[in-house]
Amino acid sequence: MERIPILRMGKHLLVTIQIDMQDQTALQLQEDLATMVDKSGANGVLIDVSALEMVDSFIGRMLVSISDIGRLLGATTVVVGIRPAVAITLVELGLSLGGVKTALNVERGMALLDANRTI
Amino acid sequence: MRRENQRLADLLRDDQANLLSGWAAEYHKYAEGRGLTRDLQAQQTSILRELEAGIRADGNADNFNDPAWRVLREVLAQLSNERAAQGETADVTSGFVLALKRPIFDGLQRQTGGAVEGQIDVIWLTSAVVDRMAQWTVANYQKTREDIIVRQQHELMELSTPVIKLWDGVLAVPLIGTLDSSRAQMVMESLLERLVETGSELAIIDITGVPTVDTLVAQHLMKTVTAIRLMGAESIISGIRPQIAQTIVHLGIDLQGIVTKSTLADALRTAMRMTGHTVARAAS
Amino acid sequence: MATELAPTGSAPIRDERDIVQARALVRTLTAQLKFSLVEQTKMITAASELARNTMVYGRGGEMRWEIVAEGIRRGLRLHFEDQGPGIPDVEQALVDGWTTGSGLGMGLSGTKRLVNDFAIRTKVGEGTCVSITRWK
Repeated sequence: MERIPILRMGKHLLVTIQIDMQDQTALQLQEDLATMVDKSGANGVLIDVSALEMVDSFIGRMLVSISDIGRLLGATTVVVGIRPAVAITLVELGLSLGGVKTALNVERGMALLDANRTI
Repeated sequence: MRRENQRLADLLRDDQANLLSGWAAEYHKYAEGRGLTRDLQAQQTSILRELEAGIRADGNADNFNDPAWRVLREVLAQLSNERAAQGETADVTSGFVLALKRPIFDGLQRQTGGAVEGQIDVIWLTSAVVDRMAQWTVANYQKTREDIIVRQQHELMELSTPVIKLWDGVLAVPLIGTLDSSRAQMVMESLLERLVETGSELAIIDITGVPTVDTLVAQHLMKTVTAIRLMGAESIISGIRPQIAQTIVHLGIDLQGIVTKSTLADALRTAMRMTGHTVARAAS
Repeated sequence: MATELAPTGSAPIRDERDIVQARALVRTLTAQLKFSLVEQTKMITAASELARNTMVYGRGGEMRWEIVAEGIRRGLRLHFEDQGPGIPDVEQALVDGWTTGSGLGMGLSGTKRLVNDFAIRTKVGEGTCVSITRWK
């Protein structure tokens, strides 16, 4: 089973999902992020999903969980790069990923995290 | 090979010249006095050739989807596509195919010197196969016409829902006319694509030109706004006229905190502010 | 790159890797049929949802595909079949899901919106078969 790498960029953590994940991989990522946020004291998590051609309910729920868990640990999560076709499908499925901050790309996402730092 | 197939195949091979001219003459009657164009003449030859090949491969009329008829089907599909694209009517197009029966019957008669006995099988084979050919031709013709219409509808829809870049980071879609589900889908798709292309943060959806807003239209708008939000941008809905505002309240539609404005001007003003711009008049 | 897939076929759904495999198969099939990007994404996502249901609720089963034709139009039909416990109240299953905020559920109502035709055959104690179709 592959493990998604988590990079540290200053006070933020960066995750780039580039593979078609198995459910286990997604759960492992959730766990790894919680551990890393705690260990590193990061106050921002950036998840880049621009390579994902599909986001189903499992991955959707993972993103919401990561965002909720991160918030409890004092970190803001921003998901960036949701593709148009993916956004349309998520909406049709009835998943609006409430509570998850989103941005168009990594650059915008970083700006959002920096702006949120004063919270 | 069955006996009737053999007979028909041999006729198609040996009596080509007569068949071609007989076919042209018969078409003349089906096509309201028109003659064969050069491409139709060329297609006659290839149709006869592939028909013969199918007959020799023991094809029968009961199953026109059989591999024996594959090349003939392709040739006929090409014929009907061209006819449809050129605006020819369905009955003249199928008439061209059906006009093949008579010359074949005449040919069969010539072969036997006019005797009728033993002809039933081969006559039936001919009639049934040509009928299938005509059916197939018409079905393809209709599909082509439908595809053309769908494409034109698309183009019309695209023309009537342009996505405009109003300012740096601000897009606008002026919706005009009724918003049905396929149109809403198309607006969503092009708006989201443009958001990515331009890196915009804000989309103004103007519904001044939408005559009625019912729960269905409201749903489409909600879906679009949610999709825009998922991609990290914001929306403003403008053009909410007093009647529309009343309808929305009466229907109990909850716009869930979407920013709304009554005019496009107001929306632009708000958009500029939301994207961190200030507009000032130059001192004269 | 990938060779064309046959017009019909099946793939087992026993574990998570099979869900990923099912997605890949549907991606190939929808691309083969030249569906638009949005149509492809919707079908692949629907397949992912139903494959997961088959694994989680149906205790494993299989996905069967067939390229279908109705007159001149063509489409892709997928069947997700298991010999699991079956669904006691289909009406309820079609209503519940994330949309009612009840958390998990089978999400069938959402999946239904991603496809053109949706059919479900189920019998308690015998199994379930969900069939979905997208037309070109």
